[in-house]
Amino acid sequence: MLETIDTSMIDWARAQFALTAIYHWLFVPLTLGLAVVMGIMETLYVTTGNEFWKRTAKFWMKLFGINFAIGVATGLILEFQFGTNWSNYSWFVGDIFGAPLAIEGILAFFMEATFVAVMFFGWNKVSKKFHLASTWLTGLGATISAWWILVANSWMQYPVGMEFNPETMRNEMVDFMAVAFSPVAVMKFLHTVLSSWIVGAAFVVGVSAWYLLRKREKELALASIRVAACVGLFAALVTAATGDKSAYQVAQVQPMKLAVMEGLYDGGTNQPLTVVGPIKIPQMLSFLATREASGYVPGINNILNGGYEQPDGSVALSAEEKIVRGKKAISALADFRSAKQSGDEAAAAEALQTIEENMPYFGYGYIKDTATLVPHVGTMFWAFRVMVGLGMYFIAFFALILFLSYKKRLGEINWLHYVALWTIPLAYIASHAGWIVAEVGRQPWTIQDMLPVNAAVSKLEAGSVQTTFFIFLVMFTLLLIAEIGIMVKAIKKGAE
Amino acid sequence: MDSTYIFLQHYWWFLVSLLGALLVFLLFVQGGNSLLFLLGRTEQERSLLVNSTGRKWEFTFTTLVTFGGAFFASFPLFYSTSFGGAYWLWMIILFSFVLQAVSYEFQSKLGNLLGKRTYQYFLVLNGLVGPLLLGTAVATFFNGSNFIVSKGNLTDQMMPVISQWANNWHGLDALLDLYNLILGIAVFFLARILGNLYFINNIRNDELIGRCRRQLRVDAVLFLFFFLWFVIRTLLKDGFAVDPTSGAVFMEPYKYFNNLIEMPYLLVLFLIGVVGVLYGIGKSIFCNTYTRGIWFAGIGTVLTVLALLLTVGYNNTAYYPSLVDAQSSLTIANSCSSEFTLKTMTYVSILVPFVLAYIVYAWRAIDRKPITMEELENDGHKY
Repeated sequence: MLETIDTSMIDWARAQFALTAIYHWLFVPLTLGLAVVMGIMETLYVTTGNEFWKRTAKFWMKLFGINFAIGVATGLILEFQFGTNWSNYSWFVGDIFGAPLAIEGILAFFMEATFVAVMFFGWNKVSKKFHLASTWLTGLGATISAWWILVANSWMQYPVGMEFNPETMRNEMVDFMAVAFSPVAVMKFLHTVLSSWIVGAAFVVGVSAWYLLRKREKELALASIRVAACVGLFAALVTAATGDKSAYQVAQVQPMKLAVMEGLYDGGTNQPLTVVGPIKIPQMLSFLATREASGYVPGINNILNGGYEQPDGSVALSAEEKIVRGKKAISALADFRSAKQSGDEAAAAEALQTIEENMPYFGYGYIKDTATLVPHVGTMFWAFRVMVGLGMYFIAFFALILFLSYKKRLGEINWLHYVALWTIPLAYIASHAGWIVAEVGRQPWTIQDMLPVNAAVSKLEAGSVQTTFFIFLVMFTLLLIAEIGIMVKAIKKGAE
Repeated sequence: MDSTYIFLQHYWWFLVSLLGALLVFLLFVQGGNSLLFLLGRTEQERSLLVNSTGRKWEFTFTTLVTFGGAFFASFPLFYSTSFGGAYWLWMIILFSFVLQAVSYEFQSKLGNLLGKRTYQYFLVLNGLVGPLLLGTAVATFFNGSNFIVSKGNLTDQMMPVISQWANNWHGLDALLDLYNLILGIAVFFLARILGNLYFINNIRNDELIGRCRRQLRVDAVLFLFFFLWFVIRTLLKDGFAVDPTSGAVFMEPYKYFNNLIEMPYLLVLFLIGVVGVLYGIGKSIFCNTYTRGIWFAGIGTVLTVLALLLTVGYNNTAYYPSLVDAQSSLTIANSCSSEFTLKTMTYVSILVPFVLAYIVYAWRAIDRKPITMEELENDGHKY
């Protein structure tokens, strides 16, 4: 009997990675966002000498600490899951993908771990300035860490700077700068980190609004809101701008993702942007995707059927043709290996030429059904709208908060305090919706066009992965409930 | 293969081994935690112990993560073969570290759901499981594992996975080998020795430290018994050698002993390391005022583990041998990244001394004053 990969195991491996990533991302944005807010507060303390800012900074640091440890714990699992559940991936692209993870460890994690210890335990042991530097370096460490992990993620969406080596049966890096500073990575970094600042700012504004509702900690709350609303408004504006650029990049490098985001089956020129239901903005999608109001945007069917002109001037192949060429590349690779083993250099050279001609479609050779090339349209369509809609809301929200704070009327408006409180979960929802767009939208690819999930997994039994999935689910859920419980108690207790 | 590539393979094996060696030293956090209820008889004493290791746990954790990342970047075939194959062994290690990571911050906080005692049990659990299973995993470098690597599988569109475990135990089979367990137990007692020595250095409480010194004797005897058993047996057994021209793996009598003889600098490193560990332990046992044992034993641990890991990787040795298909065994030459990647990563590694320097600086700043009950009460971030 022919040995095959257990398809339910692939689904469980995906579910486990998604579960871990979702939990991890519940904690990371708050770490990134709070770090900036705390840094500004402590800077105000050091520059003005006002003890009030020290007390305020220490209060937010306490909440930062509760959130930090669980973020670290979930991150550990993510890194090792590339090996445990995606072992073929780890070999096939480890030569490129491993480097950002190693650099993240060497440059970012040690910085974060070292200075977070000084930040927490150093108040009575190091100078004011050293402590302030430690607080900023903790945030910088977390941000550098985000840079490298987002470089790695962007590379999966837009693989650059490598070549396939048939001798070693893997892709190998040939241009580090192309990987580390790929335009997709730069935009993803700005979009992701700045959107995390929104989460941090919304958290600080929301918690402070709760104090105002309870008529407690008024001075701390109003001062915190001022700082956080500035950070939040700046972050929301940059997030919107980088979101626009990201969408343009998606149109160029992952057209299927854009088509499913829009629920666009049959594309064309002068495409409108669907807001929701029948509400459409004429020519807007074409403009966003091509920077021309009349530009051509392919839909899902166009991409599957091919035949349209791509941005580089070439004619798109159909999915069926890509699968044929992918299979050709894979079988030429087998020929290359056997020719090499038998010492037939002429046959090896011929096979190598076939591999090179068909390599851009290599991953399609593992695709069994063209239907699997289309990510879930409903999930993508709504996740994208939730993200963008909330992004617009955050701009308005932080602008209003900042305006009222400037007018010194913030303490009086009760309904706004409730709105601010409910903005905390909205910030998390928007952040996760963004990741759903990014990750669901690239299915079935672990690496775009190069390696689908069914060729990237480890050879395990579905039962093993299922068991670890449920262990993680129970463990992370319990820890999340504990974290929220501790956070709520700490907030209720207030500053010391 | 050109000489630069060979050098880079050796350089990256050295770096990964160094990270592994530092990780074993930093397991003093786990060793200390495993002693939490044995040494800490009152809540106050346990608080001193938890706060002592609690200021260092992130270094252990970060070293573990960086060890994984560096291994991935430099020897990706190990990453895919061992982590994807010995799935359960690694998963259990990871579960225990996840529970540890939150247990410091959560244990004394109101609203923590599971209660203080549960989080302290998590610390003990990680203290038992972490060193034991990490030691067991490292022992498989000498004793072999059950896997098959077949790169040709990539051309099989139905089953393209390259690395496969040869049984359904997925790494738990490592626990069935007595000598794997022996190293696991040795690492466990070593971590406890280091934990005791760290407490002696870091805490000022006569009664508690007296107990640490007594406990040190017990752990030292047990460590030496299991460690010497493992080392003597390893030096006398056949090892997994590689023919440098054909790349074929074969069994060579006394391979690891021969490696130490053929690379005398490793023998010297190993002996200095062992002497350092013994000196740190001995002086801490026999001199009641001596508090610096952790540094001798710690540096000794790093040197000993480094020597052992270099012995298993250098001199044409298969560092991750396969018992079911010897030719699937991993060597630093057949499992490493490309020359370009290793070279690029080497430029990054130039920053490592800078990283170590700020770690030492920050560590000294935090540890300037030993931990006492009074210091804890005045600290803003008590666990």
